[in-house]
Amino acid sequence: MPQPDPSGHFDQFGGRYVIETLMPALTALEAEFNKASKDKKFKKELDRLRSTYIGRQTPLYFAKRLSDHCKGARIYLKREDLNHTGAHKINNTIGQALLALRMKKKRVIAETGAGQHGVATATAAALFGLECEVFMGAKDMERQKLNVFRMKLLGAKVRKVESGTKTLKDATSEAIRDWISTVNDTHYIIGSVVGPHPFPKIVREYQAIIGEETKFQMMVKEGRLPDTLIACVGGGSNAMGFFHAFHGDEEVGMIGVEAGGLGLSTGMHGAPLAKGKVGVLHGSKSYVMLDKNGQVMDTHSISAGLDYPGVGPEHSWYKETKRASYVTINDKEALKAFQTLAQLEGVIPAFESAHAIAHAMKVAKKASKKDVIAVCLSGRGDKDVEVAQQIFGGDE
Amino acid sequence: MSAITNAFNRGHKGLVIFLTAGAPSLAGTLDLVKSAYDNGADVIELGIPFSDPLADGPVILESFYRAIKKGTTLKKSIETVHTIRKSCDAPLVFMLSSTLIINHGTKKFMTDTASAGVDGLIIPDVPIEEADEFLPLAKKAGLDTIMLAAPTSTPQRMRAIVKLSSGFVYYINVTGVTGAKKAAPKESAKNIKTLKSMTKLPVLAGFGVTDPQQAKAMSKMSDGVIIGTQAIRVITAAKNQKRAVADLGKFVKSVRKEIDS
Repeated sequence: MPQPDPSGHFDQFGGRYVIETLMPALTALEAEFNKASKDKKFKKELDRLRSTYIGRQTPLYFAKRLSDHCKGARIYLKREDLNHTGAHKINNTIGQALLALRMKKKRVIAETGAGQHGVATATAAALFGLECEVFMGAKDMERQKLNVFRMKLLGAKVRKVESGTKTLKDATSEAIRDWISTVNDTHYIIGSVVGPHPFPKIVREYQAIIGEETKFQMMVKEGRLPDTLIACVGGGSNAMGFFHAFHGDEEVGMIGVEAGGLGLSTGMHGAPLAKGKVGVLHGSKSYVMLDKNGQVMDTHSISAGLDYPGVGPEHSWYKETKRASYVTINDKEALKAFQTLAQLEGVIPAFESAHAIAHAMKVAKKASKKDVIAVCLSGRGDKDVEVAQQIFGGDE
Repeated sequence: MSAITNAFNRGHKGLVIFLTAGAPSLAGTLDLVKSAYDNGADVIELGIPFSDPLADGPVILESFYRAIKKGTTLKKSIETVHTIRKSCDAPLVFMLSSTLIINHGTKKFMTDTASAGVDGLIIPDVPIEEADEFLPLAKKAGLDTIMLAAPTSTPQRMRAIVKLSSGFVYYINVTGVTGAKKAAPKESAKNIKTLKSMTKLPVLAGFGVTDPQQAKAMSKMSDGVIIGTQAIRVITAAKNQKRAVADLGKFVKSVRKEIDS
């Protein structure tokens, strides 16, 4: 049976755990999404924007020096960092903004952690003349100043969120609260495969292009499918977009990399699939980092985009059905990979994507030279160089 | 008939007062419940604090944070109900997010709360679509299940909502979170009338009910009102627990007087 089922569940995960006020909007969104999916004109317009505006298809790049360095598997990078605005996030925001236009909504809102989804939403809003407001935690605004300015430059309003932990979790909660109040004229462009149904499905659909292209490109380059796919997982949209096209290809292994932060034993991480419990966060049931009393825990990661206590329900389902395995990479390992990729390939990855690179190097070292690994390089690291400079000391 | 439905059958308009369990303290919650009940509330809605409730505005959210910081948990809230029941028979409803229930173990939660003396549940993030997971177990334990209807609900959804409800039906006056907008009586009237045509259960109006005059206006078209944010404001503004108990009592009394006049 195709997942999710008609009620939006991936077995026990997913669903629509929201206040009644939002239910009619979710139902209407699902109906419009289904209509749009069958509309040739809509698809044509999306394809046109993908090629002329986003800059797709993105290259599948053979990282020779990185592969040589690992002395094992051949590592390919799916270059989502080369998309307009520097990450995979725009794949989703262009698609959802087109949906907002179809639904005649005048305003879009979004949550953002690292700022990449906020920038991608502000970009789509500017492109289509939509009013845009982005919710961002005060702590994230501090560590991602450049993206805050970019959003403002693009004409969006940035709403500082001071509640709770002042990061992505609370920005998402505030965005949903705003949506409850403005649902009649506003579409909520959620940034990951999280939230109530149909969001996990919609975001997966617009991100699935990553895996579809990879599959084709790999066949051209290697004449076969990759042995292993590796992607970082915060909410999990780049990973799900990367994995989806390969779900039925049993010979292809999949690894999602969560943020290990300061180490799993410290409790300061962002790894609900490794250490979480089943619960409901932001409208869907999935693994969530909960304390023994059921409260959502504080998270920590060097990367704002992985600093999130929840994960998309489909990843929980992948974990439960063992279709993918999930591992963690800590801050230190991610920073090391950030440097390694810069120096061996001339590519500065986002801190988020550096987690995937770090684990890919581990896997590659143990694999044979015949093995092929594909890594989703979900974003570029320009936004992170300021923090990196503080850590490494860039004055030398 | 359930204790809750009974409470609204006393020949006057219903009044539900929302209190956050553990704000300002769990020990103080007993006296606040008594104060609200003795001064004219028919049912007490006890909000169990959660770190990420989605339908609550800043006032209730802050009270949740304070309660959590003071160590309030679902388990301790259930224990508090045991204590309340020793000296107070006010009909009690738990309002809480689904995660807390799942974390406690859904089946165990239902029996634990029912045996503590809780009469009903409001789970705001469980719409009719997810009701199967919780409602049959709640009903089996003897708990009323109060479902929410909203200004955005279609008549078809309203029909399903009243069907799944027991105790009373909760009509959300505003398209928004708690305490954010003032309810407009005219807009609510039509939907409440529709709901009332579908059920014999009392239909109460909550969200955006801020003062006694407005409570009166909202109660005219409904079977009563639910006041949350304003009650929390009164408690929060008080200098100490003793004053909070007195001020809450005074506030509830003034609402009762107005809606009875």
